[in-house]
Amino acid sequence: MYAIRWMLAKDLRILRRSPALSVLLIFYPAVVAVLIGLALSRGPGLPRVAFLNEIPPSESVIMLGTTRIYTSRYERQLFQAITPVAVTSRAQALADVRNGSTIAALIIPATLPHLLASGDRSAYVQVIYNGDAVNQSLVQTAIESKLAQANALLAVQLERVAGGEIDLLLSGGKLSFLGLSFNLLGLRNSAAVLRSVLSGLPRGSPLRARLAPVADFARIAADNLASSKAVIGAVGAPIVLHAQVINGRRTPLDFYAVAIAVTISLMFVCLLLASGMLALEREENTFERLRRGLVSPTALLSEKALLAGVCAVAVGFAMLAGIGIFVPLDWSRVLLWLLALAGGALAFATLGVALGGLVRDVRAASLLALLVSFPLVFLALVPSGAVAVSLYDAIRVISAIFPFKPALEAIDAAVNRSNPSVWIALAHLAALVAGFGLLARISLRR
Amino acid sequence: MGAPTLEARSLSKRFGDRVALRELSFELAAGEILAVIGPNGAGKTTLLSLLAGAASASSGEVIAREGERIGWVPQHTALYSKLSVLENLRLFARLERVDEPEAAVSRMLEQTGLRERAHEQLGRLSGGNRQRVNIAIGLLAQPAVVLLDEPSAALDPRQRERLWQFIDARAQAGTSIIFATHNIGEAERYAGRVLVLADGELLFSGSPGDLRERGDTASGGAGDDLEGAFVAFLRERGH
Repeated sequence: MYAIRWMLAKDLRILRRSPALSVLLIFYPAVVAVLIGLALSRGPGLPRVAFLNEIPPSESVIMLGTTRIYTSRYERQLFQAITPVAVTSRAQALADVRNGSTIAALIIPATLPHLLASGDRSAYVQVIYNGDAVNQSLVQTAIESKLAQANALLAVQLERVAGGEIDLLLSGGKLSFLGLSFNLLGLRNSAAVLRSVLSGLPRGSPLRARLAPVADFARIAADNLASSKAVIGAVGAPIVLHAQVINGRRTPLDFYAVAIAVTISLMFVCLLLASGMLALEREENTFERLRRGLVSPTALLSEKALLAGVCAVAVGFAMLAGIGIFVPLDWSRVLLWLLALAGGALAFATLGVALGGLVRDVRAASLLALLVSFPLVFLALVPSGAVAVSLYDAIRVISAIFPFKPALEAIDAAVNRSNPSVWIALAHLAALVAGFGLLARISLRR
Repeated sequence: MGAPTLEARSLSKRFGDRVALRELSFELAAGEILAVIGPNGAGKTTLLSLLAGAASASSGEVIAREGERIGWVPQHTALYSKLSVLENLRLFARLERVDEPEAAVSRMLEQTGLRERAHEQLGRLSGGNRQRVNIAIGLLAQPAVVLLDEPSAALDPRQRERLWQFIDARAQAGTSIIFATHNIGEAERYAGRVLVLADGELLFSGSPGDLRERGDTASGGAGDDLEGAFVAFLRERGH
């Protein structure tokens, strides 16, 4: 402990005299925390889309049977997904998209009410993109989502119109047309009238033979029409989503993003510091001096891992505290946060010293740390089902033998109460610390 | 002659298939100054690293007198460039577990003439001054044996002279000195005994005068300086 204490004091002094690194360690967590906090606490910005409604005002109300449908209501639905920039012509809409002042144009053609009312062909709206794949995807997803909602609302309206007319046909009632009112008998009443007439006719009457099929038709038509009403309701929403969450509490994506951001920061600080500070001993030629019995290899590795771990836990905690200003985090679990941060930091730091032992200078150590860490992050975030089963199994194995995945699980569990539990993830990390500690001892012999 | 302060017994060092040092044995007496000379790659630095304990031997052993320390001044300055001269000395005094670290640091600052530069960051010093700090750290614990690997390589003539005066005074006080050098003149001037290494093999152990004689014999004439005699000797031995 004596040697570790003096080496730690020395390394902290060196860190303090490396302004770029110190600034990075202090400002990095603050900046990242504020950015994540702002991103999560405010809604996403809506894409600017040129909007042209070609429907003349006089045709903006569609009559379906006796029901009025106001197209402006659906227009408002679409506006929830975009920031509309009103334009007066297609040419202007195209020009706005081309010059980049809007990332897309949404045009509601003049034919839309006619197509909706006729039912011959599907009505459509037109979207023009500027060819940027990311923007196109963003606008397309936003508009399609709102269009689906508008369609659903419209389907309900249509179902209601169709249902009312089926009821009129089935049960009869009052029908208004061109200012005149009619009393409609309805199929059920027709069938009842016919049955009553038939029962009053003599058995051998030729009229009975002619009327009986008509009465049967009226009965069958009434029965089938009644069931078709239910079918129309099902067509309006053929499949609805009934979601169920199993395996305990899962993390909403926003809060999972917090865990990912903190784990990535923890990883970078640990890998870069631990590998860099160990490689610095070789770069300055002091490693040879120290290994003459001044500092044992285990003490040297422990000191570097401790230094990197303490700095990374401070950075990670500062990030969580900063994010906590913007989004509600459960502060009653702060001890678990610290435990998860410490477990993750220790595992990353042990991997860092194993890498630092392989190289002779700080630049090579930093490069190696970055080369190792980026694929680890990408692999750990590949969701199941996104790749072939055998490939996913291989990814799971690789993710399990490096600390990123278990550290993410530990932090996610501590902050968001997700599964698996903090303790399982910490046990996993402890096994990795033992493994990488052994590798670090071997790499130091070089 | 009393018991040796340091003894190497059949020291060998291999790096994979390459033999860096082969079955090397010698003894060092108290107050003796021993020069290790040889062409590049002869094994001089490897020998000093093994004696210092900075590397482990593949076979053989290094025996130092019980309780006595070995000071080591590596060829390249082994110091923290972001720390000041004083901070470097203090750190190594504590890591060496010197009894009175502050007194030892103060003594070395005085002896190396670095007191005025004590608070300067090492990275901002000249190569010669860095080497002085490097040497000071090797001597912090007042070791019985000091190993110096090309100690005068980065020094100007005046600093070199001060260094040898300093080393000579140490030897007079009973400290044993081993230094590796390419400067044959320094070996002749300051060493009582010379070890000649080539390809990891000990070819010669004796006084500079003996080496000159062997070289003269090998070249078939007299009058060469030690450097000429050394080259002739190596040629005769096939190096």
